[in-house]
Amino acid sequence: MLEWCKKYLTKEKLHRFFFGTKEKQGFLKQFTTYALLIAIGFIYLYPVLYMFSTSFMNQNDLLDSSVKWIPSTLYVQNYIDAGRSMEFWTSFVKGIVIAGVPTVLSVVSTMIAGYGFATFSFRGKKILMALLIFSYILPSQVTMIPTYVLYSNLKMTGSLMAFVLPALFGNGLNAPIFILIFYQFFRQVPKVLIEAAQIDGAGYFKSFVRIAIPSAGPAILTVFLFCFVWYWNESYLTELYVKGIASTKSFWENLVIQLKDFNTNYSDRLSTGDAATSLSESVRMAATALTILPLLIMYFFLQRHFVESIDRTGITGE
Amino acid sequence: MSKQKKAKAPRGKLGRLEKKQERAGWAFVFPWFVGMMAFTFIPMCESFYYIWFKIKVRRGLEFKFIGTGNLTQIWLEDPDFLQNLVTYIWQTILEVPIIVVFALIIAMMLNSKIKARGFFRLIFFLPVIIVSGPVMNMLVSEGAASIPALNTQSVVNAFDTFLPTSVAQSIGTLFGNMIMVLWYSGVQILIFLSALQKIDPGLYEAAKIDGGSQWECFWKITLPTIKPMILINAIYTVIFLSSNEQNTLITMIKTAMFSATAERGYGYATAMAWIYALVVTLIVLLFFALLGSKKDIYDRMVKRRKRAMKKEARLVKKIERRSARNVKKLEKARKKRKYRTYDGSGDY
Repeated sequence: MLEWCKKYLTKEKLHRFFFGTKEKQGFLKQFTTYALLIAIGFIYLYPVLYMFSTSFMNQNDLLDSSVKWIPSTLYVQNYIDAGRSMEFWTSFVKGIVIAGVPTVLSVVSTMIAGYGFATFSFRGKKILMALLIFSYILPSQVTMIPTYVLYSNLKMTGSLMAFVLPALFGNGLNAPIFILIFYQFFRQVPKVLIEAAQIDGAGYFKSFVRIAIPSAGPAILTVFLFCFVWYWNESYLTELYVKGIASTKSFWENLVIQLKDFNTNYSDRLSTGDAATSLSESVRMAATALTILPLLIMYFFLQRHFVESIDRTGITGE
Repeated sequence: MSKQKKAKAPRGKLGRLEKKQERAGWAFVFPWFVGMMAFTFIPMCESFYYIWFKIKVRRGLEFKFIGTGNLTQIWLEDPDFLQNLVTYIWQTILEVPIIVVFALIIAMMLNSKIKARGFFRLIFFLPVIIVSGPVMNMLVSEGAASIPALNTQSVVNAFDTFLPTSVAQSIGTLFGNMIMVLWYSGVQILIFLSALQKIDPGLYEAAKIDGGSQWECFWKITLPTIKPMILINAIYTVIFLSSNEQNTLITMIKTAMFSATAERGYGYATAMAWIYALVVTLIVLLFFALLGSKKDIYDRMVKRRKRAMKKEARLVKKIERRSARNVKKLEKARKKRKYRTYDGSGDY
């Protein structure tokens, strides 16, 4: 045995094993990479894991210090109570409308603007590009109050129009980023394709619809996902414009806003005897889980396309 | 605008195709332009106008000019706002480098050859999906945001001995919310990752053939190539942190906007917003100044060499000029017969 060891475990071999060669990574480096990835991955997952595990705990588990991660029973009542308090299904459908309609409009309008910037050269283009970047860097708080005044003058607060109208004109949430993504993408589409279409008699608009849009699949998917997620998560502006902060009870309340007012709503329900468990952190965590669950499900289904499309879109540009 | 016109003027009249192109370009961009004017530019000007007024909402807006009254009111009566502003500045300046560097490290690890790449990507892109104000608030308030084993108070005490208290406090909150800080780097990881994938692998091969180690490859190839992305990420982070709902300042602005007392209101809130915006812009400019120098070392060397050559040329010219002048002087002097030259006649 010792002989064998001496024969095969030479110093060079050990060195090669631990530090690798030019072609192959060594064991040490691989080990640190994986260790770091797993450790940081755990940090990333920690809040989510914490949320899910706490949301299934009942009152006894919360108090019992021996129960830390795994609840003794799967206590689903938390979810039922939280869902009832948030009016889950109606808020869910409203949330999809609030996020979905502006998203579709925003994708279309930013795509048109991005195509215009990418394919045509016209006077004033540089100034417009500078304006575009400026409008991104400008903090939104500056424009918030006059915009609010404008909307309330037009009687648009408390309705979906306050989100739809800016999205229609390519000025929705984070629209400059999307315009830049499309700009970057359409610049990569070979000009020859569009020229060939034009020689065959297609106008500018037709070549856009027939050539540019069908080739922009990955970019559209990326922008759509980002836009939807950002609109879904935006609670500040939703509360201000769509729900209408002045009115106490409004028609447009999505899950995120329900979560924001969760504590007061839930205690109201509790006092009328509508909920079974008292307000505890597990109910709150259940509500949080319900809020992000739709996005998580969507993400798990679309993540393959999502990652691939990011590879191909060239989200960054040069 | 005038400068642009001047630059384009020598091109002469536009041809028919160019005219058509120009019209089409404007047609495509026009909706955005209208929206930009209506929803960003005009509101911005209006809000600048609002600062100088006390505004009451009574069946329409009632304006009363008070000059710089709103600003002095913030300065004198609202210590919370100023204090939060200082905390915000320190936190941003501390957090942005951490987020960017962290995002770069993770992006590089995700980009290297590892198994289960899809799985890791799934985890690290999760924050892109979840980051939203109320969800974050819930998680932070339930203590899901900090690592329980980390004792922050000792860290704060340690820093407090040699730094101002506000800075030490910011560092303490930074450690306390470490997970949240790391969570904010979702989009940044994405941007870095797609930038890393665009680097030509041939560059690395060439460097390896010339005997470069991975360390050198990182500093000499990877970092210079993605340098613009670092700037973009830093700016994105600043903007994100400033408009994030965890930020107490924007909630303060909102409460001031709808406050029932007569002292505050739209005018006061706009003044707050402008001060805040100014600070954010200054921070963005700071990062521009730190990261934005476009030239790399090669360019700088070339420039220095050019400058040296110019200097030399100037020197040569100067010498030539002087010698010419001297020659002229001598000529003149000789004409005036100040010097007598030997013309070959008579005795020397």
